[in-house]
Amino acid sequence: MRFRTTLSLMAPVVLALGLAACGGGDDSSGGGTAAKPTNCTNKIVHEDAKRVLVWAWYPNMAKVVDNFNNQHTDVQVCWTNAGQGQPEYAKFQTAISAKKGAPDVIMLEADQLVGFEIQDALVDLAPYGASSVRQNFSDGAWKDVSQGDKVFAAPVDGGPMALIYRTDVFAKYGIKTPPKTWDEYAADAKKVKDAGGPVFGDFGSNVPAVTTALMIQKGAQPFVYDLADKKNITIKLDDQNTKDVLDYWGNLSKQGLVGKEDQFTTDYIAGMVGGKYATYVSAAWAPGYLTGAGVGNGKDKGKFAVAPLPQWDTNSPVSVNWGGSAFAVTSQTSDKAAAAKVALGLYADDASLADGWKTQTIFPLNQNVLKSDEFLNAKIEFFNGQTVNKDIYVPAENAYKGAVYSPFTVYYYAQLQAQISKINQGQTTGSQAATDLHNQIVQYAKTQGFTVQ
Amino acid sequence: MAVETPVTAGTSSPPVPRPERRGARRRGAAGWLFILPFLLVFAAFLVAPLVYAGYLSLWTKGLATGTTFAGIDNYTRAFSDPSFRKGLWFVLRFSLVVIPLQIIVALVAALLLDEITGRLARFSRLTIFLPYAIPAVLGALMWGFLYSPSFGPIEQIASFFDVRAPFLLSQGNVYYGLLNVVTWQWSGYYMIIIYAALKGIDSSIYEAARIDGASARQIAVRVKVPMVGSALALILVFSLIGTLQFFSEPQILRPIANGSITPDFTPNIYAYELAFNYAQFNYASAISFALGFVVFVAVAIFMFVTRKRGSLFT
Repeated sequence: MRFRTTLSLMAPVVLALGLAACGGGDDSSGGGTAAKPTNCTNKIVHEDAKRVLVWAWYPNMAKVVDNFNNQHTDVQVCWTNAGQGQPEYAKFQTAISAKKGAPDVIMLEADQLVGFEIQDALVDLAPYGASSVRQNFSDGAWKDVSQGDKVFAAPVDGGPMALIYRTDVFAKYGIKTPPKTWDEYAADAKKVKDAGGPVFGDFGSNVPAVTTALMIQKGAQPFVYDLADKKNITIKLDDQNTKDVLDYWGNLSKQGLVGKEDQFTTDYIAGMVGGKYATYVSAAWAPGYLTGAGVGNGKDKGKFAVAPLPQWDTNSPVSVNWGGSAFAVTSQTSDKAAAAKVALGLYADDASLADGWKTQTIFPLNQNVLKSDEFLNAKIEFFNGQTVNKDIYVPAENAYKGAVYSPFTVYYYAQLQAQISKINQGQTTGSQAATDLHNQIVQYAKTQGFTVQ
Repeated sequence: MAVETPVTAGTSSPPVPRPERRGARRRGAAGWLFILPFLLVFAAFLVAPLVYAGYLSLWTKGLATGTTFAGIDNYTRAFSDPSFRKGLWFVLRFSLVVIPLQIIVALVAALLLDEITGRLARFSRLTIFLPYAIPAVLGALMWGFLYSPSFGPIEQIASFFDVRAPFLLSQGNVYYGLLNVVTWQWSGYYMIIIYAALKGIDSSIYEAARIDGASARQIAVRVKVPMVGSALALILVFSLIGTLQFFSEPQILRPIANGSITPDFTPNIYAYELAFNYAQFNYASAISFALGFVVFVAVAIFMFVTRKRGSLFT
């Protein structure tokens, strides 16, 4: 009797342990291609083909994945949206630390690649057919995803920057031509404000990548780093150019000429819809995201236009980039060849690229698109029929020379964000912020074991 | 522990027949079996992670150097880290105001509800408790909307009078903005604890007080409050621990706070950021343990100060 009681008491425990064991088994197989990943966001067309788990956040990703799966019988994409930008990187970083749970293929922005490369989290695609797509891309685009002979991702889109502005606000306050220099930008901002108009732009703390791009435009070179020389890094964030740019935006913010709001929040989008910001310093993919959030519809339709990014020196204009992404294969994949096939082939077919640029969710880097008449002469609806590709974005992309990023972009952005927030609160000046930022980043690099030059 | 009692009883009394002792041991074994499910979960989800985190905190990992043994280096670094200190100072400063505020709100509400009866009392009790029934994340999201300068009712009411309402998540106001959210969320819960303690008081005591000529107010302040002292102490410990580990509300409100809620806003947010964004699990573990140490010290000090009352945990 007693024995049986013991047994019946034990039973649930054993059962629970058994279930836990099953659960564990399921988890460990979720990451790789060894077992079939389930709960994909998309429909699998060919059930018995190998499945490759992909994380990506392009707004038109559902179409892109369907295009790929319909065209391939040997491999199928199982897609999950694991967050846009930072939230996705945080999940990937955790999976790297845990040594399991990463997808096979992941969408990463160019500024994040080296931080994952240094952790051996990405697979070199050179032995898996990267050279077959090389001719589709410019040297600059290819350089952003390579380290020497190694290729760590397949480029999809870029982010040439320009000045998006509202034609109705410009017309109302008598600004006939969009500012060509940053001095003109500040003067126009003052003119609009003095006439009782809205703020001219926005110095949001949560887009440190934009501020970094603007620093680089002035001639700053925050980082020099080469993965081949893993332990040495050059950091220069307290130079005059960085200080000038931070002071410039700090002064605009202090005078109330630009907003201090974070971007992409509901409040910010509401401001964009209502014409609260006269301009938006942003990348070529921005209109797609704005349209998706409801900007440029209804009575705002056709109120936007775009001009080249203002310059510091019109005699030697500099083109800069914000964002732009690529597909990388993670080193946790169990089938590198299949994953590489997806990384190189996903969002590379004509139908997907066309859908991407027509909805302006990507600015394609594929030269076949960039040089096509259809792309160059397209009249973009968001910009009231302006031929923005030919006039603004393609020249900007062609002039872009690539950038060098640090292996701790996430940390650097977080510190820059904190400094911008302090500038906006009037607690520091741009110059002081640059000096403090420099010291913080140098200190951090040292604790991470780098030799700082 | 269950095994010991019969054994000691056995030594003090004349020889005990063996079978009974064996029976006692078996009863002990059955007791262990009963707590086994809990023990397994407890060990798997609390003890094991703690031990593992403690182990992690003794190592350090650099992007360029790989993992090396650090000993207590992470801890000395933590206590001299301005980010950790800043966060700690914030939660201490926050506790000093939020805990008394919550307790006063909860106590006043409980005393009032104890006095009145009927439908209104039941309704009030439910509405005061309701915020606690709303998950912290949803509560924070809701307040985020209420504070919003474009959509929030605060701004709309202000614009009706042609003024601009202050943005309660700006750097200067975020302290008060969060104070409001937390007080709203937790006062109802503490009110229920105090209310339950009040209901446990024998009503003949009130009668005696009334015969002695005490007014309703005197009964509340001189009789009821001292008699729920142990409930108040319990609440204080709860909210002290909770506030020092402040995380959910500021983390949820971060994306809409225009940068005033920094990655090192509270020690817990800092630890989260270190682990999941900067991949510094080792240092994050050390920060967590350092915070745990501070919480332990704070609670120990509190217990020491209130030991004469002697009503709690004795």
